[in-house]
Amino acid sequence: MPVQERRLSLFLSLAVLCCGLLLWQYATHPTVSHSPYGIPEGNAEYQRLMGRDAATAHASGFPTPAEFVRSAMDELRAPLRDNGPGDRGIGWQLGASLLRVAVGYGLAVLVAVPLGFAFGLHPVLQRAFNPFVQILRPISPLAWMPVALYTIRNAEGCGIFVIFICSLWPILLNTSFGVTTIRREWLNVARTLEVRWPQRLGLVLLPAAAPAIVTGMRIGLGVAWLAIVAAEMLVGSSGIGYFVWNQWNNLSLSNVILAILLIGATGMLLDSVLALVQRSVRYAE
Amino acid sequence: MPNDLSASAPLHRTTEPRVLVRVSDMGKQYRQNSPMVFENVSFDIHQGDFVCLIGHSGCGKSSILNILAGLEQPTTGGVIIDGREVTRPGLDRGVVFQGHALLPWMTALQNVAFAVRAREPAASRHAVREKAEHYLAMVGLAKAMHKKPFELSGGMRQRVGIARAFSTQPRLLLMDEPFGALDALTRGLIQEELLRICTETRQTVFMITHDVDEAILLADRVLLMSNGPSAKLAEDVANPLPRSRTRERMHHESGFYEFRNHLVDFLVRRSALVQSDPNL
Repeated sequence: MPVQERRLSLFLSLAVLCCGLLLWQYATHPTVSHSPYGIPEGNAEYQRLMGRDAATAHASGFPTPAEFVRSAMDELRAPLRDNGPGDRGIGWQLGASLLRVAVGYGLAVLVAVPLGFAFGLHPVLQRAFNPFVQILRPISPLAWMPVALYTIRNAEGCGIFVIFICSLWPILLNTSFGVTTIRREWLNVARTLEVRWPQRLGLVLLPAAAPAIVTGMRIGLGVAWLAIVAAEMLVGSSGIGYFVWNQWNNLSLSNVILAILLIGATGMLLDSVLALVQRSVRYAE
Repeated sequence: MPNDLSASAPLHRTTEPRVLVRVSDMGKQYRQNSPMVFENVSFDIHQGDFVCLIGHSGCGKSSILNILAGLEQPTTGGVIIDGREVTRPGLDRGVVFQGHALLPWMTALQNVAFAVRAREPAASRHAVREKAEHYLAMVGLAKAMHKKPFELSGGMRQRVGIARAFSTQPRLLLMDEPFGALDALTRGLIQEELLRICTETRQTVFMITHDVDEAILLADRVLLMSNGPSAKLAEDVANPLPRSRTRERMHHESGFYEFRNHLVDFLVRRSALVQSDPNL
């Protein structure tokens, strides 16, 4: 893209941001009631009677951008504090979620990639398991929650299970797709060279299917990050999802907004890491 | 053309060399109840021979090559190479694929080294690299060996494919229309290089082509297939031109036009007639 267009895009982005902030400011700006009987607007008692008390109305209302920034700075001053389950910093909670995702998602990759290879290499297996995959795949990960809670009986395990089960399918399907669509010629090259299985797997099959596998992993991670927030709201002991719910119960909307923004930013970061991986395994034919 | 042409032995040889490949009574059928694609195909390839197979699309040329490579199984008959029946692919046969079939995530050097490593699993990293470089230099790609296939032109890619096939030092080199996708100029250059390398290395080659001039330049013997289905090996013609022929000079050789007309006539007319009159 030419520099000029890039600048225009940047300018538009900033404009949209400013508009959003202005709208936010306008919608949450403290208002005063105008009296039809000539009582001055500064009359605190009248304002209080009209429910416009500047001191109290805002404590429970939606924060203005300035208020949000102030409270966010407050929260971010000690993001990793841990004063017991009731008072943990947002960074600590985010870390708890990330750890849970790492375990659940890691397990999903470890299971789905080999399974996807097996499906891709053996059409019989693929056809045998396809009905199960197709039925299990569209199930919302949260629908598993009661079953998980009953069988696993452990909040931590449940969270991990939900992540596992929701990121499993995209990785599995993409891997098996990637393996089935490997060009026949490349396999024939390996066959005519009598390349042994470990090398054939590592030097031909894996690199050939890698773009599809990483695409599946990227989708899976996105789904996992979507699911973890909801799961933690339900299971509720730690994690960014728990934090959101807890702050909602505290009516601390500033912290809720802060958490939402952090969830978005973290999701974007995770995705861009896999986008980098994707770029590194991509090949042009 | 008189039949004695096909009976005469290639001119450049005095003693009959040993048979490397024996194809006997081979036929292929893809589905039961469907007609045979080709049948009763029998021929020998001698050590050091360059044999071209010509025929129209659909006569099963590629299937024959794939069976020789061990990538497909014949329905009837079989292939014996060096006293052993072909049942699966092996390093004794090198294949240059129609669409080059380079691994796109590897550089040219890595593609060739991959084959060298397959041939010599115990060789040192250095030795493998040196050998791969040698074969790339042989096809004139010493300068482009760190490029990936998508950065190479069609002709260069096919050269890498040839280097890869040669690098395993196969007993038999199989080429499936290797130059079909190249422009005429590039094709001519690579043909000459191939001819030079094959003469230097005394490589035995079985090649499929559509191009009559390519066959005349490269082949010691030309096998002509009649049209499918139920295609047959109709003629087995020795090339009357001396092996010193070159692309620029070969149309001045005596017998060139006679030979060329014979091949073209076959493709245009007789390839279809064989089917209707088996006695022709």
